[in-house]
Amino acid sequence: MSILRRPSSLFRPRRGPDQSLLTENRALIEDIDRRKLLRGAVSLGALSMLTGCDIAEQSQVQSALRSVSSFNDWVQARIFDPNKLAPTYSLDQVVKPPRFNAYYEIENVKPVDIASWRLELSGLIADKRPWGLDQINALPEQEVIIKHICVEGWDYIGQWSGPNLRQFLTQIGADLTAKYVAFHGQDDYMESIDMASALHPQTILATKYAGEPITDPFGAPLRLRTAVKLGFKNPKWIRAIEVTNTYQEGFWEKQGFNWFSGL
Amino acid sequence: MKRMHPVVVRIMHWTNAVAMIIMIMSGWKIYNDEVIFGFLHFPDAVTLGPWAQHGLQWHFFGMWVLGLNGLAYLIYGIVTGRFRRLLLPISPREVIREALAALSFRLQHADLTHYNAVQKTLYVGVILVIILQVISGLAIWKPVQFSFLTALFYDFQGARLAHFFGMTAICLFMVVHIALALLVPKTLLAMITGGPRVDDDPASRAPSAHASNM
Repeated sequence: MSILRRPSSLFRPRRGPDQSLLTENRALIEDIDRRKLLRGAVSLGALSMLTGCDIAEQSQVQSALRSVSSFNDWVQARIFDPNKLAPTYSLDQVVKPPRFNAYYEIENVKPVDIASWRLELSGLIADKRPWGLDQINALPEQEVIIKHICVEGWDYIGQWSGPNLRQFLTQIGADLTAKYVAFHGQDDYMESIDMASALHPQTILATKYAGEPITDPFGAPLRLRTAVKLGFKNPKWIRAIEVTNTYQEGFWEKQGFNWFSGL
Repeated sequence: MKRMHPVVVRIMHWTNAVAMIIMIMSGWKIYNDEVIFGFLHFPDAVTLGPWAQHGLQWHFFGMWVLGLNGLAYLIYGIVTGRFRRLLLPISPREVIREALAALSFRLQHADLTHYNAVQKTLYVGVILVIILQVISGLAIWKPVQFSFLTALFYDFQGARLAHFFGMTAICLFMVVHIALALLVPKTLLAMITGGPRVDDDPASRAPSAHASNM
C-alpha cells in the first residue's frame, strides 16, 4: 500500500547502478576516505597547529553525536508503550517474496545446515538446553502481518509466523526483568533489543513467511520479527539467544546507527 | 525603548538558522540512502556526514535544537504579542497587490518595523510548514508509537513524501528570504544589531495598513 512501491515507481529507473560494489568494498572505501582526511589534515598542517584543531576533532564530534544518540535511546524507551500495537494489514497486501536485506548481497548468503542446527541459549536463562527445529515448530504459532520498515526509508508488508517471543522466554525461564535480549546470527551478526520490546505482543521468532518455511535469504530457519523496531534490529539465521544486563553494541550500532531504533 | 528585534529573538533566529541547515543537509544524506525520485541525488558536497548513519546522527541531534528553540520561539511570539503585532492581520487583497509590486521590483520596505503583506504571508507560511515538518518527522520516526500522526499522511511513505516537500518549501523560502535580506542589507543588519528602537507599548503604534509602506 505504499505510495512508492519499489519496482513500479515512476521515478525510479528500472535498473540502477550496481550498488553491490559499494557494499562489498565498504571497508575499503571508508579506508580511502580516512586517508583523504589524513592527507587533508597534513596539507592544512600549519593551520591546524595554529588553531589547535586536528584529526581528533573529527572523533570529538563523533563522540558528541553518539552521546546524543544514547540520550535518544533513553527518550525512545520512555516513549515506548508496551501495549501499543503496530498497524496490521490484510493478506492481499503481503509482498512475496519478502525484500532481501543484509550487509552483503543475496548471492553471498551462506545457508544454515538445518539438520545440525540448534538454537543455543545463554545468559540469565534457567533452562539453557539447546532447542532443535522440531521442538520450536511444536510450539504454538502466532501470525503477524506487519510492515518491515528499513532505516534507509523503504518498507514492505510481510506475513510472518512462529512462536511468540514472550511465551518462549517465559518457557525457558528467562529473567524477564533483565535489560536486554541479544540475538546472534549465523553470519556473526548480532543485535540486542530492550526487554520491553522483546516482550511486546507483536514480537515473534519467525519460522514461516506467507505460511511457508522461511527460505535461506530471509533467515532460515529462525529469525526475529518485531513490529516495534526498524528492520536491522531483526536478526536472521539466529543461532543463539542471550538474556543479559550487559549492553552490547550490535553490528550496525558499531557503524554509528542508533541502538534503540524503535518504531 | 526596545529594539525591533530584541536580543532573545535574534538568538532564536540564528539558532534556528543553524539548526535548519543541519536538518536539511543531514536530511539530504539520509534521503540519498533510499531516494524517492530516481533522478534526484544530493551531491556529497552539500550533505552532512560521510555515511547515512552520520547523517542520521546529525538529524537526531538537530531535531532537539530545532524543536526546543522553535517551541520557545512560538511561546515567545504568542505571549509577547509579537506575532499579532508583526504578522497579523493578513489581507488577501494586499498580498496580491504587493506580490505584483514585488515581482516588478517596486515593493518598498522603508519602515523595517512594519512587515508588508508578502512578508507576513511568507513568515506565517514558513512557521506553519516547519510545524508540519516536525509532525511528519515524528510520523517517520515513530510510525508505531505515533501511528495516528503517520495516518495523517496516509502511510509511512506518505509521511516521507510530505517531509520531502516540506523541506523543499523551506528551501524555497530560504532562497527568497536570503535574497531579499541581501537586497535590503539593513534588514540583515537589524537581525544582528537589533534594528531600530521601537515603542514598548503596542497600542501606541497605529496599525498602519499601508501608506507608510508602499
